[in-house]
Amino acid sequence: MAVRDYLRERFFPHMWCPGCGHGTILGALLRAVESLGLKKSEMVMVSGIGCSSRISGYVDFHTLHTLHGRALAFATGVKLSRPEVKLMVPMGDGDALAIGGNHFIHAARRNIDMTAIVMNNRIYGMTGGQYSPLTGYGALATTAPYRNIDHGFDVVTLASAAGATFVARTTAYHVQQAKDILQKAIAHKGFSVVEILSQCPTYFGRKNRMGSAVDMLRWFKENTTKIGSKAKAENPDLIERGIFVEKQLPEYCSEYDKVLERAQSGGS
Amino acid sequence: MSDNVKFVQGNEACVEGALYAGLNFFAGYPITPSTEVAEALSSRLPQKGGKFIQMEDEIASICAIIGASLTGHKVMTATSGPGFSLMQEGLGYAIMAEIPCVIVNVQRGGPSTGNPTHVSQGDINQARWGTHGDHAVIALTASNHQDVFAITVDAFNLAETYRTPVVLLFDEVLGHMREKLTIPDPGQIPLVERLWTSVKEGVDYHPYLPREDGRLPMSDFGGVHRYNVTGLFHDMWGFPSADPGVVHGLLRHLVDKIYNNENAIARYKEYYMEDARTIFISYGSSARSALHVVEYLRPRGVPIGLLELQTLWPFPSRIVREKCADAQAVVVVEMNMGQILNEVKTAVDRPDSVYLANRIDGTLITPTDIRNILRVIQGKGV
Amino acid sequence: MAKPKLKEHHIEREWCKGCGICIEFCPKNVLELDEKDKAVAVRLEDCIACRMCELRCPDLAIEVIVQE
Repeated sequence: MAVRDYLRERFFPHMWCPGCGHGTILGALLRAVESLGLKKSEMVMVSGIGCSSRISGYVDFHTLHTLHGRALAFATGVKLSRPEVKLMVPMGDGDALAIGGNHFIHAARRNIDMTAIVMNNRIYGMTGGQYSPLTGYGALATTAPYRNIDHGFDVVTLASAAGATFVARTTAYHVQQAKDILQKAIAHKGFSVVEILSQCPTYFGRKNRMGSAVDMLRWFKENTTKIGSKAKAENPDLIERGIFVEKQLPEYCSEYDKVLERAQSGGS
Repeated sequence: MSDNVKFVQGNEACVEGALYAGLNFFAGYPITPSTEVAEALSSRLPQKGGKFIQMEDEIASICAIIGASLTGHKVMTATSGPGFSLMQEGLGYAIMAEIPCVIVNVQRGGPSTGNPTHVSQGDINQARWGTHGDHAVIALTASNHQDVFAITVDAFNLAETYRTPVVLLFDEVLGHMREKLTIPDPGQIPLVERLWTSVKEGVDYHPYLPREDGRLPMSDFGGVHRYNVTGLFHDMWGFPSADPGVVHGLLRHLVDKIYNNENAIARYKEYYMEDARTIFISYGSSARSALHVVEYLRPRGVPIGLLELQTLWPFPSRIVREKCADAQAVVVVEMNMGQILNEVKTAVDRPDSVYLANRIDGTLITPTDIRNILRVIQGKGV
Repeated sequence: MAKPKLKEHHIEREWCKGCGICIEFCPKNVLELDEKDKAVAVRLEDCIACRMCELRCPDLAIEVIVQE
């Protein structure tokens, strides 16, 4: 099956700005799904609100476009009531970690089998460029005209601490790695988190004088490195890419089967 | 005593009703005075193969049940006051996306944290208008445990019939009081099951195209038909649309499907209404006190009756107007500052003959309170 | 494994928003923007079918088709 077979082509060209990294992430995601040989009817995509969340409209899966920040809560209901589906939950950084931050850590804690994709463009794009929980200290945004004094989350350490059993990071520049990581994340049984740095040339890039989409991709190339690389040792400011956590722990729906068993055998 | 006869709290009666109706997915978050609903279901649901999950908050709870309803299950959450406030955005989503679900609000005193362990009926208007935007909602209540059971079953039936959330507005007294409940045999109360589409796999299915009778057949999410669900205004496939015709048509549909069926959705009980010149209108636990007054005064020759409302939204205006046509005085008995009073005044021909008998201090309004207020209304003093 | 041989670049012109990412990161400088700011493969003979343009295209507009 070709990537295009997974698309709802009638909605193309998509609504994202020229050079936005979200489309690249969509492509990587579909290639991962294709490599796994998954059928459209076994895939459920649940998204929230924001630029990133529009991704669900473009894929020919079962798609649930929900409320800002709440995608993981809806997804939990879908997954627990129909555990056989493959669930993916793409979210923006504000969607996942500001308004949805509580749902994010609790879904990770439960280790419920789904793939959370944080499409991190460091900004609220849909509303026009306000600072997000991943904008970072010192950056400019329409609501941080004197530079941001909020510190950003580190998604990888946050997700790891919250209990996610698969945690990875890559960028929209590193497309092959993005596809490979997504493929592993989808195949992983448990709560997987993939942070993908995505460029927003329209708001974050323009506001912070980072140049064009091309310049922003080059920034990803030059400012990131493989986990544990020599470059990282020499320059601690580099952002690491790769799989940080990959472990097997009891998954929530499987654990719930034990609850059913105990309840029905009269035990506790 | 038969197994079918129980001595239970109202919250447990609600649980029994939900299980009778076929509930098999519950998500909730602990909050007084509704917690017993979650506690009982955490034990009962897995026994019958259903799922119970305690979420991180009330927002997540309502979202989770909406997700589970989509996959084809009968679902419910239960909460109180502040938790109901948190559920408003999810309630709006379920209305917009037309997803059947039942939301129990065992009311306590508000605003804010308010009076958590005490009774109130202060959330009537929140149930109606708590979520933003024009919309319609179904809200039901009851005044005794047998009726709590039956109205809970009804809530599931209406949710499935109209593909909409239904709010059950109980209160702390009802939730925690214990009384007898007889569980009907299976089949004794008819159940409305999910209306599944007859569209076959591989054929274009329209999740938002109503049949001629107005009902919208569903297809289990994750099943044979792939479609989109959104909280945005959407076309018949569920895809977002800002087309003025689509927006207008959908909003009209969402409101009309409820308001055009106001009489069909109206549930109420009448006590001594035939020749009543003074009519109490009440609901929930306050209706118990109102009924007590009626039963005290009737043998003393006072032509007084009670119209007990079980459907609060859509407000049964036509029924109230008709029933109160010959009344000299209509006294609304409720535990708030007149939330149903205003609806009654709007409904009847002579709003200046409508009075309020209320109590708002966290204490159940007593028959004595009502009689005293009645004497004041009648110009007799207390 | 044999080196894949290019057949064609299928570029969905309607989908292309002309961001220039495919052009900038092509290792062989195969693509250009035309007068309407749409990507076109002008030096097909140089293409090594690495697919980086296809993978990076944010508009999902490029498909590198190789000979079977």
